[in-house]
Amino acid sequence: MNILVCVKRVPAPGARINITEDGQQVDTAFLGFTVSPHEECAVEAAVQLAEKHGGEVTVLTLGGVEAEEQLRTAASVGAVKAVLVPIEGMDWDAQRTASAISSAITALETANGNYDLILFGNESADSCGYQVGVRAAVKLGRPMVNGAKGIEITDGVATVRRESDAGIEIYNLPLPACIGVREGINLPRYPTMKGRLASKKVEIQRTEISAEVGGLKMIQLQRPPERVSNTQILGTGPEAASAVVDLLVELGVFK
Amino acid sequence: MSVLVVVEHDRGTMTPASLGALTAGRNLAQQINTTLEAVTIGANADALSDVIAAYGATTVHQAHHAALVDFGPEAWGESVAQIVRNISPQVVIGCGTERGHEVIAQVAARLDLPASMNCTEFDTSFDGTQPLQVTRARWGGSLLENAALDASIKLVTLANHTVEPVEAPSTIAIAVVDVALDASVLHSFVRDRVERVAGVTLATAPVVVSGGRGVGSAEAFGPLEELAGLLGGIVGCSRAVTNNGWRNHTDQVGQTGTRIAPDIYIACGISGAIQHWVGAMASKNILAINTDREANIVTKAGYAVIGDLHKVVPAISAEIRRRRGQ
Repeated sequence: MNILVCVKRVPAPGARINITEDGQQVDTAFLGFTVSPHEECAVEAAVQLAEKHGGEVTVLTLGGVEAEEQLRTAASVGAVKAVLVPIEGMDWDAQRTASAISSAITALETANGNYDLILFGNESADSCGYQVGVRAAVKLGRPMVNGAKGIEITDGVATVRRESDAGIEIYNLPLPACIGVREGINLPRYPTMKGRLASKKVEIQRTEISAEVGGLKMIQLQRPPERVSNTQILGTGPEAASAVVDLLVELGVFK
Repeated sequence: MSVLVVVEHDRGTMTPASLGALTAGRNLAQQINTTLEAVTIGANADALSDVIAAYGATTVHQAHHAALVDFGPEAWGESVAQIVRNISPQVVIGCGTERGHEVIAQVAARLDLPASMNCTEFDTSFDGTQPLQVTRARWGGSLLENAALDASIKLVTLANHTVEPVEAPSTIAIAVVDVALDASVLHSFVRDRVERVAGVTLATAPVVVSGGRGVGSAEAFGPLEELAGLLGGIVGCSRAVTNNGWRNHTDQVGQTGTRIAPDIYIACGISGAIQHWVGAMASKNILAINTDREANIVTKAGYAVIGDLHKVVPAISAEIRRRRGQ
């Protein structure tokens, strides 16, 4: 059971997200970086499936050389191979990214054989485009569903569980397949010291890919209007309980 | 030439997001002097034509195929793609929901067109010929992006709750389209479904009592459960809590969890990181209980109690019981 997981390096924001003066990107001067949350869970899902069914997990990202940090993070929790599709400068748009990722996957599969499963995040935390995984899957000609909150493999079929307003839906995809994972499918493990040391030794394969620019062009980022609140302090400590209940009565939620 | 809205439905029941998409589509169609058309997937959605007409569409394309019974992202995407190829609309609008994004992404992939998800605004000077300038939500709505969508057919999803549905009845023509679906798109269908048990959910609860890192442990959520129970509400939590394994991810409020809009959100021991805030900001009222007067959530909330949640929350429950004479 060989699994490929595609991840993205994104800033880890705190209380607010600042943008650079030219409005072209998030100001990351004081921010750390992380694997986008859905993809962090996708890595964990892949590692768990490989532990259960055998096989190995490869992690792939398209990004600057700094994104090697996120590949090593994935390696520290169980991915054994890492691939960087290097780009320079600004983030690529979704069409271009998906095109490059699918070309890279085809090159890897030509060399090493097909992956049984290719996992993506449901959407990236920063650009929220909801499309790179779907586009790559269609290019590769593989079945794909997004929003997976559970994946089980039985006899060459991936059973995917997904939550909707109506209830829990079950999909059956014949392997090889692509799946978009949602946070909550699992609780990603913390790397062990042994894992961290091993991740430093993982060789990162570089696969240069060129791809055409897509049709959605970012012009600039802006912050939405700030919600200004004149916070009314109801009190300090347990003595505030009476004022809180008065408020609940006033708002009509205490009956 | 038209604006085409992809109507989202579940086994023939239209989702509320579709009405906003139809209204936005009608506004854009008027702006570029063309017609509003709609597409429904599967014969079980044929009856929606009346509602679609009430929102001003002049044609509904009804995609029919024996396999189109339940939701299937690839079959839905392929069906819409075939209709888009046939009628060449200037703009295609999907719903800003999980299914809506997924279907538009499938259409975009199949037609090799760009797509802009979660649009909050469209350029009011767009005349149907030039690139469409959009504003779209990033970071779950914490940032906005101005972007230009340069393509013969513009594919977008409308961010949910950005356009209030307004009726504008018209007469509607029905065009049944027998779509051709080959085996490759017939895999990803809902095969089985466990219906949700009726009751209060995080997304619909009038009161949400939420705990963050400050709660400290899974057991310490007991008093929050009690308060939520007294108010007919439900317990939520922040991402720090699910990451610590204190509560299930289904309880998580935030960008990667559930978006909530209760009458009151009681946030206990939550600092209010941006990814949590975007999930809670639609709440009608927010009461923050926090030891830190400068915490982000305290400065954004309408009401706050400064203090230790472990003492304040039980005191509120005790006061509620006292007033109820319990």
